[in-house]
Amino acid sequence: MNRARIIRVGAIAAASALTIGGLTACSAGGGGNDDGTVTITWWHNATTDPQQGMWEDVAAEFEKDHPGVKVEVTGYQNEDLQRTLIPNALQSGDAPDIFMVWPGGEVRSQADAGYLMDLTDVMSDTISEYGGTVKPWQVDGKQYAIPYTFGIEGFWYNKDLFKAAGIDELPETLPELEDANKKLRAAGTTPIAVGAGDLWPAGHWWYQFALAACSTDTLQKAIPALDFSDPCWVEAGELLQDFVATNPFQDGFLATSGQQGADSSAGLVANGNAAMELMGAWNAGQIGSLTPDATVPEWLGWFPMVSVPGTAGDPTITMGGGDGFGISKDAPKEAVELLKYIASEDVQKRFAETGAGIPAHPGAIDSLTDPSLKSIAEGLAGSSYVQLWLDSDLGPSFGNPLNQAIVNLMAGSGTPEDVVKALEDTAAAL
Amino acid sequence: MILPVVLAAVYSFFNWNGLGPLERFIGFDNYARALTDPLFLKSIGNNFTIVGLSLLIQGPLAIIVALLLNRRMRGRTIIRAAIFVPYVLAEVIAGLSWKLLLSPRGGVNAFLESIGLGDLAQPWLAQPDTALWVMFGILTWKYLGFAILLMLAGLQGVPEELSEAAAIDGASWWKIQWHITIPLLGPTIRIWAFLSIIGSIQLFDMVWVTTKGGPVGATSTMATYMIQYGQGNPGYGSAVAVILFLISLVIAVLYQRHAMRRDLGTSDARGDD
Repeated sequence: MNRARIIRVGAIAAASALTIGGLTACSAGGGGNDDGTVTITWWHNATTDPQQGMWEDVAAEFEKDHPGVKVEVTGYQNEDLQRTLIPNALQSGDAPDIFMVWPGGEVRSQADAGYLMDLTDVMSDTISEYGGTVKPWQVDGKQYAIPYTFGIEGFWYNKDLFKAAGIDELPETLPELEDANKKLRAAGTTPIAVGAGDLWPAGHWWYQFALAACSTDTLQKAIPALDFSDPCWVEAGELLQDFVATNPFQDGFLATSGQQGADSSAGLVANGNAAMELMGAWNAGQIGSLTPDATVPEWLGWFPMVSVPGTAGDPTITMGGGDGFGISKDAPKEAVELLKYIASEDVQKRFAETGAGIPAHPGAIDSLTDPSLKSIAEGLAGSSYVQLWLDSDLGPSFGNPLNQAIVNLMAGSGTPEDVVKALEDTAAAL
Repeated sequence: MILPVVLAAVYSFFNWNGLGPLERFIGFDNYARALTDPLFLKSIGNNFTIVGLSLLIQGPLAIIVALLLNRRMRGRTIIRAAIFVPYVLAEVIAGLSWKLLLSPRGGVNAFLESIGLGDLAQPWLAQPDTALWVMFGILTWKYLGFAILLMLAGLQGVPEELSEAAAIDGASWWKIQWHITIPLLGPTIRIWAFLSIIGSIQLFDMVWVTTKGGPVGATSTMATYMIQYGQGNPGYGSAVAVILFLISLVIAVLYQRHAMRRDLGTSDARGDD
């Protein structure tokens, strides 16, 4: 078989497989109907209230203001949506009109494949209202999606356990954190929970140390270029190695999952078995769902990632991420109007009031009522630069090899150099 | 049945992120990458360790238990039912239960402490050096019942007259089993071994639910590796799938040719060649 033939056979085979995928994707993709009405399909990742109910309200309001437009809104589980449903729908040519778009490498691969509408001009007003938070959804200067939530990572901690261990001031530097860990251990408490069994929660520790070790300039140049030759990437692993040596984590952390059950890292914090967890802005809800009475505990607090003295990193740099909505390139023009409404300051304020997350619209931040979310929003506002989750920023191929190498390092069976090698090997195979 | 295999084979020759057309043909690069990745090689090793342990430990254990249960004894029905319960349980439920029991704060450690053996308590599935053995223990618990059931069924086909005649000639019970029953159980044992080998090579559910192949790849299998590394890179995942398929196929064909040849009728054997 020559190459052209292989491609042809592959294309036919792929097309037939994806037709099947498209059929199961429950007729996504709206457009003009025979009777002159327009149907817009909208896929999001909210499967629980308050957020799911809120998106349904938003869709109903839009229908009311736009006679002849019908909005079919559906929430799917996040990973199913991201890894299966959306890729299959896009491939089949029958994509939903508005759908979740993840930042960094994820939006880049969809935009490069030509699936997304360029919003730079059609939504220029919205984009200028949002300011810097829209940047992670840009590819080569063009805007392909608008975020509705954006938050940064920090420590979720148990105020009662901190008090009981005699920690009066929240740690701001790594030595202060290690000191707090010692006090917690002395009080019989596990200082930090980490869900290394799921790999990515452990990965975040290395990402944070990479932010400490590398200058902002290095980060901004190295990630797009996939050039990890700067010694700071090895230094990140050394910092993590030294930190793990102080025994900050729970016993058996290598097998702990991140979010499922009382024995997960979030569950350990929720039940008072560990004092802190380094995690994204969504963690309040996660911890809340794992407490005996399924509410966010009163004692839960938040403080930003500690800085590491003597490193090249800017201590005011933070790491985070968010969720956005993009529009399929074939969507009707009403879809743009709907996204404008979803992204409006008014809807964003209501989103903030639900406490489901931090709104991406700067004008909606003041509507936050949850104290932890408020402190995250302050941390975000005070950031000199927000680095996107490293695995998202690098792209979908990097997550597993990178996070596995980091867990190997934390287990003592890998070196700081191995982590960099995993990055370089993955980059070489792209 | 053939289409997915062919599709996987096609994808495996491309560098493809799952979006857009198949454009970047890279020949055998995905295969070369998989076969030089220490974690994938370790996963293959883990699969074969499970194969070996299953054959060496589960097989003889199942035969012994089946022979004992085949005699008339009190409580036989209850014991048979008890042994078979784990096999009936859904894999995910059994896996989650074990995950909770074996976690550092779980039931197994609590039990050890309550009987004064607290020193033995450990994070069973969280230590790279114990995880695979514990995993094998869980798999034995889960699948031993099935093996015993197969052996018991096979024992029904062993004529009682033979052992009665041997008993009259003065052979001991163990001698009868060793020289008469077990050889006649041969076809059943070979079928069980075949199912066990293929099941071990394709092992996925139990590992995914309890450890996701961790810690540090200690329980990683070819199938869990495929899921983890095929995400975001279906071309590479397909190459791993093809390798897994070929390994299973070669083993299945060789095994049928050599070990199970006599169990298949002559006409079948000819059709096979």
